[in-house]
Amino acid sequence: MEKRVRILVAKPGLDGHDRGAKVVARALRDGGFEVVYTGLRQTPEQIAEAALQEDVNVIALSLLSGAHNHLFPRIVELIRANGMNDVLIIGGGVIPDSDIAGLKAAGIAEVFTPGTSTTTIIDFINANV
Amino acid sequence: MNNESLKLKVAEYTAKVDKASAKFPERKNLEYNRLYTPLDLEGMDYERDLGMPGTYPFTRGVQPTMYRGRFWTMRMYAGFSTAEESNKRYRYLLSSGSTGLSCAFDLPTQIGYDSDDVISEGEVGKVGVAIDSLADMEILFDQIDLGKVSTSMTINAPASVLLAMYIAVAEKNGVSADKLQGTIQNDILKEYAARGTYIFPPKPSMRLITNIFEYCSKNVPNWNTISISGYHIREAGSTAAQEIAFTIADGIAYCEAAIKAGLDVDDFAGRLSFFWNAHNNVLEEVAKFRASRRVWSKIMKERFGAKNPKSWMLRVHTQTAGSMLTAQQPENNIVRVALQTAAAVMGGTQSLHTNSKDEALALPTEDSVRVALRTQQIVAYESGLADVVDPLAGSYYVEAMTNEIEAEALKYIQKIDDIGGAVVAIEEGYIQREIQDSAYKWQKEVESDARIIVGVNKFQIEEKPVEGLLRVDASVGEGQKKKLAKLRAERDNAAVNAALAKLEAACGDEDANLMPIIMEAVKTYATLGEICGVMRKVFGEYQAPATL
Repeated sequence: MEKRVRILVAKPGLDGHDRGAKVVARALRDGGFEVVYTGLRQTPEQIAEAALQEDVNVIALSLLSGAHNHLFPRIVELIRANGMNDVLIIGGGVIPDSDIAGLKAAGIAEVFTPGTSTTTIIDFINANV
Repeated sequence: MNNESLKLKVAEYTAKVDKASAKFPERKNLEYNRLYTPLDLEGMDYERDLGMPGTYPFTRGVQPTMYRGRFWTMRMYAGFSTAEESNKRYRYLLSSGSTGLSCAFDLPTQIGYDSDDVISEGEVGKVGVAIDSLADMEILFDQIDLGKVSTSMTINAPASVLLAMYIAVAEKNGVSADKLQGTIQNDILKEYAARGTYIFPPKPSMRLITNIFEYCSKNVPNWNTISISGYHIREAGSTAAQEIAFTIADGIAYCEAAIKAGLDVDDFAGRLSFFWNAHNNVLEEVAKFRASRRVWSKIMKERFGAKNPKSWMLRVHTQTAGSMLTAQQPENNIVRVALQTAAAVMGGTQSLHTNSKDEALALPTEDSVRVALRTQQIVAYESGLADVVDPLAGSYYVEAMTNEIEAEALKYIQKIDDIGGAVVAIEEGYIQREIQDSAYKWQKEVESDARIIVGVNKFQIEEKPVEGLLRVDASVGEGQKKKLAKLRAERDNAAVNAALAKLEAACGDEDANLMPIIMEAVKTYATLGEICGVMRKVFGEYQAPATL
């Protein structure tokens, strides 16, 4: 039997808005994935460590504070430095369109903004893992 | 018409409506999708259930004249970047007709970290203004008369420190503490349950809150010492009834803690204030406001034995629902905010913040903030909604829904009492799970088109990228770091260390009131991070359960 896809849903930075992260985590679980949620206020180092420990295939980052340009690339860097080169890293939150190209160039595979349906996210993961 | 014949007519009518509404599958499951008649208000007693405005149980509003006396306070939540930038925005808002200030602090400030802390990187000045010490606070309120303006501060875990800084700035400008008017949010329980900017565990957090109640009752008598907030609970996904139920349960916990600490209920209850969300369903929201006042007044009078009518009043600030703003076709948000404003006003709010159309995308620009403020002014001056006190009283629908929301809220409050109160219910994750279940249900309804959000799952268009969004300069963090380095080099560090040592000792003495000691510390220009650092050392930090 094929191993189930494992996903780390993570909240980097200091913002406490986790409605989106939790809704997505639950939808992913209902969608047949194995999901681990980090809880709030995770540093990039903690997220990279959790990804390694949990041996995940996907990392879904949620951030609504505006610190994405600083934190998302830093997390990608640490994940890759751990040798996890195949891990798919996606992000979501209140992220202006004009920042998306930069985040993708930094290694975020896709950015999901407000109003995205959870099936869109599930389809993206299935197509890219 | 007698009741029997009315019952028959209603049954016939309901069958017809059920058949007709089958054509609108997305409307079929609405909870209140039917006709309301006198049958829904059987047993209602005007004096007992509604009363006159300004009298118990305050269903019709906390003041006798409501907006015939004066409008609600138009209080726009603002703050970003540096104290200098935010000061400019505050003075702009006051000159545009805002009648109170509302300070947004950045996340490091809200969690008690200085801007030069490594954990603050990338967050400084982003969602609010960065305040590291009294020096920043002096700039934030430069040229603003604190004796005249009322100021609300969205600050919770470190509320004692920011309040101390505010008092210190006022005193420096010759305004004594007893003249100050405003509010600190200071509501830690909803931080654990829904908003996330907690620092310390519940026990020392509750102590800080009761210390503030006591200090302010003697020294800052016109200050609202807490804003018990349902807003964020609703934003996290709760229903209307859950919003008021969980918040009032938090209110009960604060009262119990203060009474246990030896305060008399009438010494602090009159300064408790609340914070509601104005969501999309206009009439349900009006009913929620009305129900919340009735529930609270009964609890204060009957459960806590409060004697002063002021202690029975649920005074409320309102903000329109940020989570209902769409990133799609953002102009539509102006209409949503106008309807939400109408709900808050017909619900009888004491003050209101209206969101701006671009807030699903970024912090608002000055232009979009102006439209949001104008929305309040149009409702106040042009719509007629403010002309009559509690205009929807007597509506079969609104009265029935007021009763229903009250009943559902009371059921939740009973359940939380059974669990052992709000603190235990939060520690056990009960409240968080209830909120998450509602949030997930909402999302599934939207994704199955059982719930329509215009522009999101119906009436979509090809979206153009939105231009002209507000961007916070990345150099804010660097600037704050430099300011801090200079402050640390120039202040009297011996005085700072002595004040911090005194605070550490007082934290360990459960009978000490920490407020006067924090006041002394901020006046030495000890930083927020240093003060909270001492408290972290003694109190420890809250570890949240990551519930899914």
